[in-house]
Amino acid sequence: MPKLTIDGIEIEVEPGTTVLQAAEQLGIEIPRFCYHERLSIAGNCRMCLVEVAPGPPKPVASCAMPTADGMIVKTDSPMVRKARKGVMEFILINHPLDCPTCDQGGECDLQDQAMLYGCDRGRFHEEKRGVQDKDFGPLIKNFMTRCILCTRCVRFATEVCGVPDVGAIGRGEHTEITTYLDRALASELSGNLVDLCPVGALTNKPYAFSARSWELRRTESIDVLDAMGCNIRIDTRGSQVMRVLPRVNEDVNEEWISDKSRHACDGLLRQRLDTPYVRRDGQLRPASWAEAFAAIAGRVKGLPGGRIAAIAGDQADCESMVALKDLMTALGSDNLECRQDGARVDPSVRASYLFNSTLAGIEAADALLIIGANPRWEAPVLNARIRKRYLTGKLKTGVVGPRIHLTYRYDHLGEGPAALKEVAAGRHPFFEVMKHAQRPMLILGMGALTRADGGVVLGEACKLAYAAGLIKPDWNGFNVLHTAAARVGGLDLGFVPGRGRGLADLLADAGTGAIEVVYLLGADEMDMTRLGKAFVIYQGHHGDAGAQRADVVLPGAAYTEKDATYVNTEGRVQNTRMATFPPGEAREDWKIVRALSEVLGHRLPFDTLAQVRSRLVQVNPVFAGGEVTHAAWGAFGESGTLDPAPFLSPIQNFYMTDPISRASATMAECTRVFIMAREAQGTGTHG
Amino acid sequence: MTEHANHQNGVEPATFAFAPDYLRQAEQFIAKYPPGRQASAVMPLLDLAQRQHGWLPRAAIDTVASMLEMPPIRVQEVATFYSMYVHHPVGEHHVQVCTNLPCWLRGSDEVVRACHDVLGVDPGSTTADGKFTVAEVECAGACVNAPVVQIGDDYYEDLDYETTKKILEALKRGEKPQPGSQTGRQCSCPAGGPTTLKKVAPATGGA
Ligand code: SF4
Ligand code: FES
Ligand code: FES
Repeated sequence: MPKLTIDGIEIEVEPGTTVLQAAEQLGIEIPRFCYHERLSIAGNCRMCLVEVAPGPPKPVASCAMPTADGMIVKTDSPMVRKARKGVMEFILINHPLDCPTCDQGGECDLQDQAMLYGCDRGRFHEEKRGVQDKDFGPLIKNFMTRCILCTRCVRFATEVCGVPDVGAIGRGEHTEITTYLDRALASELSGNLVDLCPVGALTNKPYAFSARSWELRRTESIDVLDAMGCNIRIDTRGSQVMRVLPRVNEDVNEEWISDKSRHACDGLLRQRLDTPYVRRDGQLRPASWAEAFAAIAGRVKGLPGGRIAAIAGDQADCESMVALKDLMTALGSDNLECRQDGARVDPSVRASYLFNSTLAGIEAADALLIIGANPRWEAPVLNARIRKRYLTGKLKTGVVGPRIHLTYRYDHLGEGPAALKEVAAGRHPFFEVMKHAQRPMLILGMGALTRADGGVVLGEACKLAYAAGLIKPDWNGFNVLHTAAARVGGLDLGFVPGRGRGLADLLADAGTGAIEVVYLLGADEMDMTRLGKAFVIYQGHHGDAGAQRADVVLPGAAYTEKDATYVNTEGRVQNTRMATFPPGEAREDWKIVRALSEVLGHRLPFDTLAQVRSRLVQVNPVFAGGEVTHAAWGAFGESGTLDPAPFLSPIQNFYMTDPISRASATMAECTRVFIMAREAQGTGTHG
Repeated sequence: MTEHANHQNGVEPATFAFAPDYLRQAEQFIAKYPPGRQASAVMPLLDLAQRQHGWLPRAAIDTVASMLEMPPIRVQEVATFYSMYVHHPVGEHHVQVCTNLPCWLRGSDEVVRACHDVLGVDPGSTTADGKFTVAEVECAGACVNAPVVQIGDDYYEDLDYETTKKILEALKRGEKPQPGSQTGRQCSCPAGGPTTLKKVAPATGGA
């Protein structure tokens, strides 16, 4: 291991460490533009110059310089400072210096570093170059004259997104960053380019000119638009969410988020339920909380518990689900369901519904079978991890399901359950690939589990996990990829029907009238016509399918407006934090259930968030939080006949999957540009 | 602003395909590289496409990209980096004047002036009869004999106003002037003849 001295401090580093990384380990910050720890090294901006001895008598780029034994590095000598000043002067030659009108102002690497290394006047009297703006699509605004050609965006699109459509064309002063043929960048991760761009060349288009970074209040929270639980920062001004940014969490999202997580936030302002509603004469009319509760009490009181059902939607938080579960139990009902899509996951074995390998575990996997999932749309950031592993050359991937462009190569084993059966029975060559792998894993998606024969598919997957050696003492390669943020939490706290029943039974009962009251806790992704004549209570934040069908609407809070618990697909318990208040009369969800319980004469025994949370822990100790725990393995799934129909992803349009993204104008624009235009051309991820 | 990003010159063909003998040569180039490394053949293929078509249309970039299994933008990066690839129709004689530092120090301004005087056009334009296109290019890699002009496949070196004028006039008359140094220098020997190794008989030939 090389031992070197940086600014007089000795340090021993792993072989292959660069000088810049070694300095970072010592807490010495070296300015940089092109270097980014998650991208390949380009070494083209020269801002990171340092003095190295022994070596040539000139400054060297520390980001591209491997450490060597006995090296003496100076990061702040007069020579270094002079060299960096020179680099800065060159960079600024062609930069427009338009910080007052630039959205990056206040959070710009170039601005910050110019404060340290910039001159107070320019010596370049010739004309600056101008560069035509390009089309990066509906999410990225560009102002290419500001570009300093660090190529981070090129490397990100190529390496992380796997959509190599960004490039640097031309040469020397005429170099320009562009997308191929000036077309919108068709990646679900494109918004991250804005974070990566060290200057204001690529900025957030929907947010353009709407706020300055120093006016914003930051709240650290969790994303719930897919089941990954990406860590986010919500930037608000007053009562409005201005933008959503990723937070670093190496175990979950590294530092990326999907375009939906980032850009659906304008949907938080539209179609909101900000007051209770009660249906009178066939019309939903605004009402007070007391009137709404009275309407519910009038219908529910005296009804036998078995005639009431509750269905939790994809963004329901654990606090409100446990409160509703307790209320339903008090009313004598066990008709609970958190699987509004009818997913046949088995709530009794926790390992059967978790992403057991963990998200970070993907980086250890060497064989992967994807069954009935489109990770690129169901969890784009997870897909980026698979791609990252794929790029190391150590991962062999097979897919059973639709043939889609996943950004990495895979063997397509078949479209439907027949192929899965072949593999599970050891008759397919991919079985051997998995069997001989050290860390084999499978990902079972909702496309496979939400079918009527989902339980049998689950059984086959379980069989395969045993047979191909996916379950080892220190490794569990059985993974379910959920699409709903609420799902694992709901299963963990047992928000499922008793007596082995399922969604289909509840809906059948509603259809026949055996169930008379249905409580939808933010459930919008189901066929409302199947609720028959039932009296429907909808608690949620958007006027979507559920509210339209409802007889009473209780306005709840969106994920940005409450302190709430969610469990991600790997079983990680995380909390959102209230960034803004719910609009108008809307309230935090568990409080609504708590208030209603009192009206219904079954007062729930908690008054504070802490009390609800201790109730959660009482129901299931996993809610105590902490590190993701290993779930015990057991047999699960059903046996029976498989429907030969091909697996289909439950997501037909990545940009619109829930009430928030459906209300978002930005997501509507993305749908127009990326989904509709491509469908018209017959290409795209389903091509 | 540069125009290499948008192939909007009104003459872009919708498709491009290699003619049989060009295709055969392209396949020979590809075969030179080990499997999985076909991308190494990108420059010769682009050159072939340009020879076939006279210039390099966008459709040819797509064709080369799919032949080599490269993302089209990677091919476009290569094709726009080198000034030897042209993205719009050019005259019969493509006069590429190097104006990079060594050539400039050695008088490339005079060469540009000669082009203007003889052909009546400045860099970036084509003569009305479509015979000559004058372009300003980055280092042509022959700085030792600066200033340098590349016309078609030939280099004309050690130029000044007069020699440039002579060459262009000869081309105008349909003659083919002798390429290479215009001062009689042999290869890149020091101007005025060798200063070392004088006893060794110099090899014959060379431009
Ligand atoms: S657009 Fe931004 S990220 Fe891309 S090269 Fe320019 S400065 Fe770098
Ligand atoms: S950060 Fe080292 S050259 Fe850009
Ligand atoms: S500078 Fe003209 S050939 Fe190199």
